[in-house]
Amino acid sequence: MSKEILTTQDLHLYYGDKEALKGINLNFDAKGITALIGPSGCGKSTYLRTLNRMNDLIPNVTITGTIKFKGQDLYAPSADTVQIRKEIGMVFQQPNPFPFSIYDNVIYGLRIAGEKDKEKLDAVVEKSLRQAAVWDEVKDHLHESALALSGGQQQRVCIARVLAVSPEIILLDEPTSALDPVSSSQIETTLLNLRHDYTVITVTHNLQQASRIADRTAFFMNGELVEVDQTKNIFMNPAEKQTEDYISGRFG
Amino acid sequence: MMNPKTQNKVAIGTLYGVAGLVVLILLALLGYILVSGLPQLSWHFLTAPAKAFLKGGGVGVQLYNSFYLLILAMLISFPIALGAAIYLYEYAKDNWVTTTIRTAIEILSSLPSVVVGLFGFLFFVVKLRLGFSILSGAFALTFFNLPLLTRSIEDSLRTIDTTQREGGLALGLSRWETVTRVILPAAVPSILTGVILSAGRVFGEAAALIYTAGQSAPALDFTDWNPFNISSPLNPMRPAETLAVHIWKINSEGIMPDAKAISSGSSAVLVLAILLFNFAARYLGKRLYKRLTSA
Ligand SMILES: Nc1ncnc2c1ncn2[C@@H]1O[C@H](COP(=O)(O)OP(=O)(O)O)[C@@H](O)[C@H]1O
Ligand SMILES: [Mg+2]
Repeated sequence: MSKEILTTQDLHLYYGDKEALKGINLNFDAKGITALIGPSGCGKSTYLRTLNRMNDLIPNVTITGTIKFKGQDLYAPSADTVQIRKEIGMVFQQPNPFPFSIYDNVIYGLRIAGEKDKEKLDAVVEKSLRQAAVWDEVKDHLHESALALSGGQQQRVCIARVLAVSPEIILLDEPTSALDPVSSSQIETTLLNLRHDYTVITVTHNLQQASRIADRTAFFMNGELVEVDQTKNIFMNPAEKQTEDYISGRFG
Repeated sequence: MMNPKTQNKVAIGTLYGVAGLVVLILLALLGYILVSGLPQLSWHFLTAPAKAFLKGGGVGVQLYNSFYLLILAMLISFPIALGAAIYLYEYAKDNWVTTTIRTAIEILSSLPSVVVGLFGFLFFVVKLRLGFSILSGAFALTFFNLPLLTRSIEDSLRTIDTTQREGGLALGLSRWETVTRVILPAAVPSILTGVILSAGRVFGEAAALIYTAGQSAPALDFTDWNPFNISSPLNPMRPAETLAVHIWKINSEGIMPDAKAISSGSSAVLVLAILLFNFAARYLGKRLYKRLTSA
């Protein structure tokens, strides 16, 4: 057995007749950060959303191929999407805190799952917010609305909210593209904090970001995976011409 | 040809003029009703029972009936409308079934209330033998209210961003948990506003009630709260003329000497109640939204 936690084999995805993913083979080892890069419209978000079955929400989507999480087929008829999404959490491009207090945002998943022990909830809130590197900024107003925070703080609270349900994998879709540079670099710090304990897969449009934080980088184009390798190889010494052109800014 | 700048000025001027006219008409109407009605109001007028032939009757029973009917109608229609709206907006796929349901709601909401009243008369009063009663009236009001309320709740759900739904699902909440624990709480202020506004419409409704809740208001004994006694205010099987129906009736066949004054007074009460509903809707909606979204 390998230590691969998530495997994708010959994954095709169609929006109606349009083929958006054309046979992706990509595996992820447990822990560490993988960045997905590529020109806009190449299928990064689409691919990411197949990994926790968020594409199920879109009508007329057809998916073929296999995705296995710890050996279990995510798309098997018996697969439980609710359970899958607890283990594979997701953070979106636009920070989307619920219109409740910071505290309630973080414990929402747990509370709905039935956790009532106040001490335990308090502990989870603190731990998650610390992991998300936002604790110091919000610890004095945990019971105020999360909507009153800045965009960058909101995004980190959203990350904490995902951490609180203790997933194994965290998917992020351009988590910093709606944020200013300072907030973006705080999110990067947050992600670097997480790489030892979680398998982080993040889409980014920002190549510098990928080179700063990612252990591994995957380059997508036109619905295909062109190349995946250690980040420094992708940036310094890519195997494919297309990758080199993209990295050096010749298109995209 | 005018130049674009003049054109713009003329257009804006016209729009202001039209808007001003609408406001003016509204103010004139309100002013007339309040000026002729307010002097009639007194504690006695608001609480005393009506008199058929003599001076000095009040609208106490009618006022009570209006509220009782309103509450019953809301108790029946709100859960149904909420369920329908959640189904239509959060669950239903876009296919011919939902299109049909939506069209049906559209048509129902544009039915004249007189037609709803006649249907209520034939079905609830006659066929189901409920007679002229609060219950028949409440059912008729439900038919009148349901489509409007369903649409307004659906609109409230629509104002909640998709990213909130994705956020809930991505946390491993089920579809149902996402709807009930994330979407509904976020939509509460807007739903509440819709409910109160529709309560205003229901409160002022006459045509749907004339042949269902009836046009008589038997005296009530406000010390008797056993719903099975005929003079109990809670009895749902008694006929119950409401304020709006009362106004209609006095104006068409009122023979008491002070009919004009009573009709003016009742109109003022009705208008005030509806204004109150509207302001309450705004105030509560805003406050709740603030409570939910800020410190
Ligand atoms: N819901 C959808 N319905 C139809 N086509 C879609 C949908 N979402 C994305 N696409 C198409 O699929 C392709 C990949 O999109 P996406 O995964 O969003 O790209 P990226 O995230 O790399 O910018 C694009 O051509 C896009 O237009
Ligand atoms: Mg994208």
